[in-house]
Amino acid sequence: MAKIIVVTSGKGGVGKTTSSAAIGTGLALKGHKTVIIDFDVGLRNLDLIMGCERRVVYDFVNVINKEATLSQALIKDKRTKDLFLLPASQTRDKDALTTEGVEAVLNELSKDFEYIVCDSPAGIEKGAQMALYFADVAIVTTNPEVSSVRDSDRILGILQSKSRRAEQGLPPIEEHLLVTRYNPDRVSEGEMLSVADVEEILAIPLLGVIPESEAVLKASNQGAPVILDVQAEAGQAYSDAVDRLLGEERPLRFTDIQKKGFFKRLLGG
Amino acid sequence: MSDNDFRLKGSVVTTVVLEVKTPNLEQIKLGLKEKIAQVPQFFNQAPLIIDINQCSEPVSLDLFQTLVAGCRELGLAVIGWRTSEGNIPSWRFDCELPLLPNANSRQINIKSETPAPAKDPHVVIKTVVEEREVSQPTKLITKPVRSGQQVYAPGDLVVVSQVSAGAEVLAEGNIHIYGALRGRALAGVKGDTSARIFCKNMEAELVAIAGNFMLSDALQKIIWKDAAQVLLVDEALEIASL
Repeated sequence: MAKIIVVTSGKGGVGKTTSSAAIGTGLALKGHKTVIIDFDVGLRNLDLIMGCERRVVYDFVNVINKEATLSQALIKDKRTKDLFLLPASQTRDKDALTTEGVEAVLNELSKDFEYIVCDSPAGIEKGAQMALYFADVAIVTTNPEVSSVRDSDRILGILQSKSRRAEQGLPPIEEHLLVTRYNPDRVSEGEMLSVADVEEILAIPLLGVIPESEAVLKASNQGAPVILDVQAEAGQAYSDAVDRLLGEERPLRFTDIQKKGFFKRLLGG
Repeated sequence: MSDNDFRLKGSVVTTVVLEVKTPNLEQIKLGLKEKIAQVPQFFNQAPLIIDINQCSEPVSLDLFQTLVAGCRELGLAVIGWRTSEGNIPSWRFDCELPLLPNANSRQINIKSETPAPAKDPHVVIKTVVEEREVSQPTKLITKPVRSGQQVYAPGDLVVVSQVSAGAEVLAEGNIHIYGALRGRALAGVKGDTSARIFCKNMEAELVAIAGNFMLSDALQKIIWKDAAQVLLVDEALEIASL
């Protein structure tokens, strides 16, 4: 059976799709056969971040409606072995997702894949609920600011009450906190919540802290998941998070202010 | 007639009493609406008694009935009215609501119009008036109460975790929170003025006991981010350190 991971947040624009692409790619790089599903029906983005937008023919909703088979709709990543993408439909809306349809697709994917990463849309409505309903693991993506933290808290409540595991009285979804767009300088100036603040409010284990980085925007525009950028701190931080997700221990990096060296200051780095 | 069909019992219910002080209906309705908006959960279908004893002018049947209709419109369940012994209006029997005895006057006269049928020795009529407080079991929550979640306990509530901002915990009895209280906590929601709220870390949006509430702005000036208890003293909330 595959492990179903939902990347969710409640709030929009915090980095769910970036994180889904990075973590899915990271799992595949570690040799685990992984598929990433874009649940954001109507606002398809994952294909852009993954750089395969020109190869989308059939989508998730086509498969649910049995207009296409899974193998027709799945897009094999060109860079990373063992990585596949199931794109969302851009012309439909969230109502096209039915519990039975999603379950059937997930069951079929479970036969072939080790990990299924579900990229949730923002909000707490149907699309988001569908993305998290069948999850075994949740990665709650949060920016270090109060509104994002509160929305994450709300999503945690929904994970505990409206997921399949909750409804059927199974062991609860394994919850992980992923803090994204972290800027230690702004934390020290009191403009941003610290990791400790976010952890205290949400009270779930920390999976990783991704520093705010220009590499993320660059990666998105180039259509290559940022985890492939091994020079970038954000890429390295995602690698660490994937390792922790797989049960390895990794020290937390990029959460302290870096002292600027003489040359860096001189060159305005 | 068998004893199994029904049983007559006495019972004590805590209700809300609306003391009418002026016959100014519009003002009353506006004020009520405001109060209800603050704690809608507490007032929804709450049993209500209208007390007209302290009204500055005699209350007419018309006025009374408009008031009852207004209360019902606001979602309150009017169950009766009361006034003092010497102040009973002439329309007493026309208003279709029972005139209830005052809180401290306990006069329950059960007079049977016809004498007990002593002729039939097999039938014994017994009136059993039972009065007891039923204690509700304590509700225990071991996981964080998240934003948007609501927990209601018919008795005491114990949360061995935190109550997040945007979450709401309500109890008819006391509330104990062995973690941070960042959301709303309402104790004694059915009118128990002796209920209290205890928490390890006070950061609440709102605390209330029996409808008397306080918001975070006021709380921050008293106790903040520290262990605290909330209790009601002479109808005023008091925040004390633990």
